[in-house]
Amino acid sequence: MSTISRRDFGIAAVATMLLPVSAARADDTAIHIDNFVFEPAKLDIKTGTTVTWTNRDDIPHTVVCAGKFRSKTMDTDDSFSFTFTAPGEYKYFCSLHPHMTGSIKVG
Amino acid sequence: MSGHDHDHHNEDNGVSRRKVLECMTWASTGVLWTISGGVPRSLGIVGSAAAAEPAGMTFLQISDSHVGFDKPANPNAIGTLEEAINQVRGIPAKPSFMIHTGDITHLSKAKEFDDADRIISQAKLDVHYVPGEHDIIDEEVKLYKERYGKGTKGAGWYSFDAGGVHFIGLVNVVDLKGGGLGNLGNDQLEWLENDLKGRSKSTPIVLFAHIPLWTVYPQWGWGTEDGGRALEYVKGFGSVTVLNGHIHQVMQKVEGNVTFHTARSTAFPQPAPGSAPSPGPMKVEDAKLRSMLGVASINFKQGTERLAIIDTPLQG
Repeated sequence: MSTISRRDFGIAAVATMLLPVSAARADDTAIHIDNFVFEPAKLDIKTGTTVTWTNRDDIPHTVVCAGKFRSKTMDTDDSFSFTFTAPGEYKYFCSLHPHMTGSIKVG
Repeated sequence: MSGHDHDHHNEDNGVSRRKVLECMTWASTGVLWTISGGVPRSLGIVGSAAAAEPAGMTFLQISDSHVGFDKPANPNAIGTLEEAINQVRGIPAKPSFMIHTGDITHLSKAKEFDDADRIISQAKLDVHYVPGEHDIIDEEVKLYKERYGKGTKGAGWYSFDAGGVHFIGLVNVVDLKGGGLGNLGNDQLEWLENDLKGRSKSTPIVLFAHIPLWTVYPQWGWGTEDGGRALEYVKGFGSVTVLNGHIHQVMQKVEGNVTFHTARSTAFPQPAPGSAPSPGPMKVEDAKLRSMLGVASINFKQGTERLAIIDTPLQG
């Protein structure tokens, strides 16, 4: 519990420095993994948004974007978050099941 | 080196036979196949076939034990692995050795590897492993290689000879590319080409790896991106058998002199390709589970190029 709130505080603090005060948490976004699919598989977000992936399958998955981010192996109900601080298109996949792919457009 | 060319079998015939094979392997719990010169003949359901006296060398294949898995599809994957090993211990004629085609553990935890070792060693057989994708997800990616990688190359590939057969264990679960399938990679393929160079074309070859080396169902990632290159290298050999796991069900295909076969899991079944929203663990009635788990026994009779695969479920 305390870890989560501390992290949230950290994001809010950074956002306050870089962006208008209101921009921080409202845009944070969730992606679920169900049946070996990232949902939504395509996402448009604003710079500074934090995306959290949660694995709801009975099989572990990962989220990997070459050179950008790489989650640990997520067992059932585990999550991974990444804050997108630079615009661009991020294509990612599950390194265990590479047919699982997704992309995020950060603008 | 022999310059002997092996004819491809009649393609029409092959296709219809393949269809029959697929139907049969999905419909029944265990079928004994005898392959003679690349042409499969079914000898019947396992119960009756198992009674037939095997001659020559016999080895076993177990796969996908997923030690550590405890989800509804099988809350006791350790228990069903124990049952499989008990079944192995009960085989009257001791097999020469066993191969494990990967996913020994579910999450690559040290305790899962320990539990797997403790149980599998009860078979009192040499075991030749290749890793599944579930065996290389510890943070430092070192546990599998520490335990099973001695004397292997790269991510854990190797070959050995037994009973006149050349066995090659391949790794196709490392360095997977987004949007792709299983992957062998250049280093391994070059090694494979060299490993086969100069070998008599009459040597029976067994290739084993976790993910099917043939394309079973790419929509679910069931295939190996560069598997075709590996199959090129074994093309001229008179008898080639490809043994895989990963898909947790028996499936078989014959192309020319190559027989492809996948083994059941000892942990949980997965759905037939395309029959479910995803390849995830398939929850079946408790009473049915053990009929969908099991081990395979493979018998080579020297000189006749006959190879028989018996898939035996834990029950049923």
